[in-house]
Amino acid sequence: MADGAPLLEMIRIDKRFGDVVANRAVDLTLREGEVLGLLGENGAGKTTLMNVLFGLYRPDAGEIRIRGKPVAIASPADAIAHGIGMVHQHAHVVERHTVAENLLVGWPGRGWGLDQAHVRQSLMRIGNAYGLTLAPDRRVVNLSVGEKQRLEIIKALYRGAHILILDEPTSVLTPQQSEGLFKAIRALTASGVGVVYISHKLNEVRAITHRIVVMRRGAAVANLDNDGTLTNRQLAELMCGHELNPARRAPRAPGAVRLDARELRLRPAEHGPDRTPINLQLRAGEIVGLAGVSGNGQTALAEALAGVSPVPGTIALDGKVVRDLCPRAMSALGLAYIPEDRLGAGLIASLPLASSLVLARVNQPPFSRFGLINWSAIRAFAKRQIDTYSIRPDNASIATGLFSGGNQQKAIVARELAFDPRVLIISQPTRGLDVSATEFVHGELMKLRDRGCAILLISDDLDEVLQLADRIVVLYDGELVLEALAERADRGAIGVAMTAGRPSVATAREELNT
Amino acid sequence: MSALLEQVLQVGFFAAAVRLAVPLMLGALGEVFAQRSGVMNLGIEGIMLLASMAGFTVAFFSGSLWLAVIAAAVTGLVLGLVMAFLCVLLGLDQTVAGIGVTMTASGLAYFSYRLIFGEGSIPPAVEPFRTVPIPGLSSIPLIGPVFFNQFALTYIAFMLVPLAAWILYRTPAGLALRTTGENPYAAASAGISVGWTRTRALMIGGTMAGLAGAYLNLAAFSSFSFGIVSGRGWICLALVALGRWNPWLVAAAALLFGAVDALQLRLQTSGAIDVPYQLMLMLPYVATLIAMILSSRNAHAPAALMMPYRSEER
Amino acid sequence: MHISFERRYESSVGFNLMLPLAAVIASLVLCSGLILLGGANPLSAYTIIAKTAFGGRFAITETLAKAAPMILTGLAAAIAFRARFWNIGGEGQLLLGAMAAAYVGALATLPAFSLIPLMIVLGAAGGALGAMLPAFLKARFKVDDVVSTLMLNFIILYVMLALLSGPWKDTATGWPDSPDILRAAEFPNLLRGTRLHLGVLIAGIASLGAWFLVRRTTLGFSIDAVGENPRAAHHAGHNVARVTMITAAISGAMAGLAGVGEVAGIQFQVMGSISPGYGYAGLVVAMLARLNPLGVVPAAIFLAAITAGADEMSRQTGVPVFLADVIQGVTLIAMLIALMFSTHRLRLGLSRKQTA
Repeated sequence: MADGAPLLEMIRIDKRFGDVVANRAVDLTLREGEVLGLLGENGAGKTTLMNVLFGLYRPDAGEIRIRGKPVAIASPADAIAHGIGMVHQHAHVVERHTVAENLLVGWPGRGWGLDQAHVRQSLMRIGNAYGLTLAPDRRVVNLSVGEKQRLEIIKALYRGAHILILDEPTSVLTPQQSEGLFKAIRALTASGVGVVYISHKLNEVRAITHRIVVMRRGAAVANLDNDGTLTNRQLAELMCGHELNPARRAPRAPGAVRLDARELRLRPAEHGPDRTPINLQLRAGEIVGLAGVSGNGQTALAEALAGVSPVPGTIALDGKVVRDLCPRAMSALGLAYIPEDRLGAGLIASLPLASSLVLARVNQPPFSRFGLINWSAIRAFAKRQIDTYSIRPDNASIATGLFSGGNQQKAIVARELAFDPRVLIISQPTRGLDVSATEFVHGELMKLRDRGCAILLISDDLDEVLQLADRIVVLYDGELVLEALAERADRGAIGVAMTAGRPSVATAREELNT
Repeated sequence: MSALLEQVLQVGFFAAAVRLAVPLMLGALGEVFAQRSGVMNLGIEGIMLLASMAGFTVAFFSGSLWLAVIAAAVTGLVLGLVMAFLCVLLGLDQTVAGIGVTMTASGLAYFSYRLIFGEGSIPPAVEPFRTVPIPGLSSIPLIGPVFFNQFALTYIAFMLVPLAAWILYRTPAGLALRTTGENPYAAASAGISVGWTRTRALMIGGTMAGLAGAYLNLAAFSSFSFGIVSGRGWICLALVALGRWNPWLVAAAALLFGAVDALQLRLQTSGAIDVPYQLMLMLPYVATLIAMILSSRNAHAPAALMMPYRSEER
Repeated sequence: MHISFERRYESSVGFNLMLPLAAVIASLVLCSGLILLGGANPLSAYTIIAKTAFGGRFAITETLAKAAPMILTGLAAAIAFRARFWNIGGEGQLLLGAMAAAYVGALATLPAFSLIPLMIVLGAAGGALGAMLPAFLKARFKVDDVVSTLMLNFIILYVMLALLSGPWKDTATGWPDSPDILRAAEFPNLLRGTRLHLGVLIAGIASLGAWFLVRRTTLGFSIDAVGENPRAAHHAGHNVARVTMITAAISGAMAGLAGVGEVAGIQFQVMGSISPGYGYAGLVVAMLARLNPLGVVPAAIFLAAITAGADEMSRQTGVPVFLADVIQGVTLIAMLIALMFSTHRLRLGLSRKQTA
């Protein structure tokens, strides 16, 4: 590790959006070969700070130095030229292009042509040096989420990055894939690359980083050496600024079967082999956790159960088979569905919050009679829900999209829980939420379970599933491959099932790939 | 029916098909650039009309047809920049902005035509381009007169097809443009200026729509009329989808539609079948509608088509 | 220098009402350049337009009569756009309504009292069908609605022209216009000595009805939900395809009624020039009204005044009458820009060098 001037210094960075202060006099230093953890709740300003570093935002004040020299970064092109590479949370890659084309984008190639040979050589070199391999001619659309992220890292390295920003890199990976990522990070730092590692996951941050900066409300509130003495609790309390009381699961005997799905066949991907149909029961007073790497059919299964996109098979609620599968019928039978893509599928950004709160029930009294809307009933309902769930700002006439992610999630929870559902399907309940909002949502789910609701909890976050669920099932490639009671769940086994499916399936697939 | 076939299977018919395909080809190729970068240029109809008017005016007063072509191209370029100002810089709704540009440009074309040429009963005319037979090639039977005895602008249009394909698929600029239309965030994080890339694409699209407008009254017809474009710009939009955003297929689609246009002209003048000529005039629009039904739009469309991009949005 | 836009969190009611006004003024100022080019004084040209449109009782009734079809095509666009169904086909749907009305209105075999109601119903139905076809193509084949409605405008126009020069040709004069409708089929006048016909009243009622639909009914709620976010609307149990089809039907019916009014209240027959682009003007009206059915009325009166006054202005000053078309287009663009300021704040800044 070369001493002297640090690799990167960000000095007293200020960034405002209108009246909102996103960064306030933030200092950050990164040394060669160092992994710096950047922790903070959502909205604490981590991503803004990194977007400033990468030239996506212009700071209102402050200075950036690289190896002691002040630099001006007005665009991502400048950032790249200064050796800064960014790996976004959701890979910024072009699905329709090949791996090689994705690498070539923006590369000021020599002359008019696209230098394919150079790309191939570089892919080989990066693969040999860091164990990051990808075939140049594969279409990105066929890559797995983990491979897309690998492509993002390769892209940064291909452009000569020696400062690498990783924005929540493991949020889409399985434990095993994360292990692979950590190996690559260690190889990178060994060769002198500095890594800024942004994450919510405290275990990871403690495991991989050398130093940790905690941000809260736009300011850097702590700069700690990761010497092995830090605890999760300590870090979490620094992040949210107060003490925490995580939701605890009280053991409880589940009741009668509320939802009984039989022989569901999720649509196979382009002429794939036939899959084992899905059978799934949800009982009253039980949370079933559905684990799996995203993209293995979770959304399809949730939408099938909620009647949004029906698939072949039967669904019975309280013992009665539902003939007319559509969202309105399921909702009338007491099934509530909270999709993962809240602004895309759950709420309507441009309409007032009050409208979003009655989206699915506007056709029912008291909100309307004979097709005529009763706005005062809607407003009264919205006010009640806003007060009960302390949604902020407490004004139902503001457009839904202007509320923060946490408050949007509160709103959608408020909406679905207002009518005491008998069955709840909830997808990624806390994705993008900060620690306090997560705590709130978990608490509500627990209360609902204790009141006897049957809950299907779908989450990419295995820790969340393990914390909340009474029973765990794993979905892999459109099939349920593992089912276990929470008490007996083995983290390792679940991880294997998430990545490789059933043992027999896994070997068959490996044979196909080799 | 045999009379109909006779009308169609003539060298003259194929030559007319190629002649009528050229404005569609130019306009649609330009639109491929715009759409591949993520912007649907609905202003194309008005751009073609105003450029046509500008070209005609310059030709009428200067007597130089090539100067007129340049004037039309520059008019198209400027209107392309207007589209870029509205849809790229301001990020406005592309549908409404495009219709606004078409309405404004059409209004300006009518206004300036009346201002310059008054309300005379005989429309002013210019001496249009003559065909330029290519020595040797033009004497090949059938193919010669159809493809190698055309206007210089036609040859240019045909040469623009491989050029467009080469730029889009084989150059860094083309890759950047396609990336902008597929995922502007990926483009931005690769150091590409999304705004400038889209602006350039609209400049190309506008210029080519301008050339299409010039072709209409300097080669295909010899005077300007208010109905000279009459929906050809909109048809270009359908051709882009029919040709799956690929310059080669789009050019082929344009040729097909040139043939439809030539067919309806033939049928009008021949009297081979007894149908009011207005129903013949309807043919290209019906064909467009059918073509749109056959080419479902979303399968090959650029993923970020019609999505505005603002870098500092929160 | 760089330009950026920030989301605006709240904007006052007054500010929002100002926007269309600002757009109109900006457009008139910009277009005064054209008047100068035409060799006239912009102020006096605009004064002539205003006087022609609003100077006296008769002038006002004429402007209102001209506004009626624009109110209806404006409503057609506003309702469709609320559901993000890009119905640019108001022109063609107007012609369908006009053709239906002219056909029914000339049928001597029908009882006289039934003529006007039948013209209204069938004219609206004709327009509705004309809009439901592209809506169906959009729902079923994902056919782009902008281009398909535009193509239908041309197709319907040529069908009408073929009818006018064929079966409907006036055998006496040889003109391409349809037979006159019966006296009993003519809309009664609301004011003696003016052309303020029943159609103007229908336009006003339609605007109130559309407002009620949008603001007070669950269908209106569904239309907004489907328009703003079809996926969320579907998740919440709104039937997106059905709502879109109903919206298209209502939208087309409005445009069809505009055609009925022109036939039954003004022309008493169909001819090639029955609509001087009322369908396209409706798009401007709708945007200027910010898709609010009540706002459509003043917006349509503004555009009607411009078109009504442009003829007289042209006669007196020699500035081409097509000034009105340019004003329409520029107003549309200006309004679109103005709308952005209701949700975004413009920020101009000098790019700061970060070097010390």
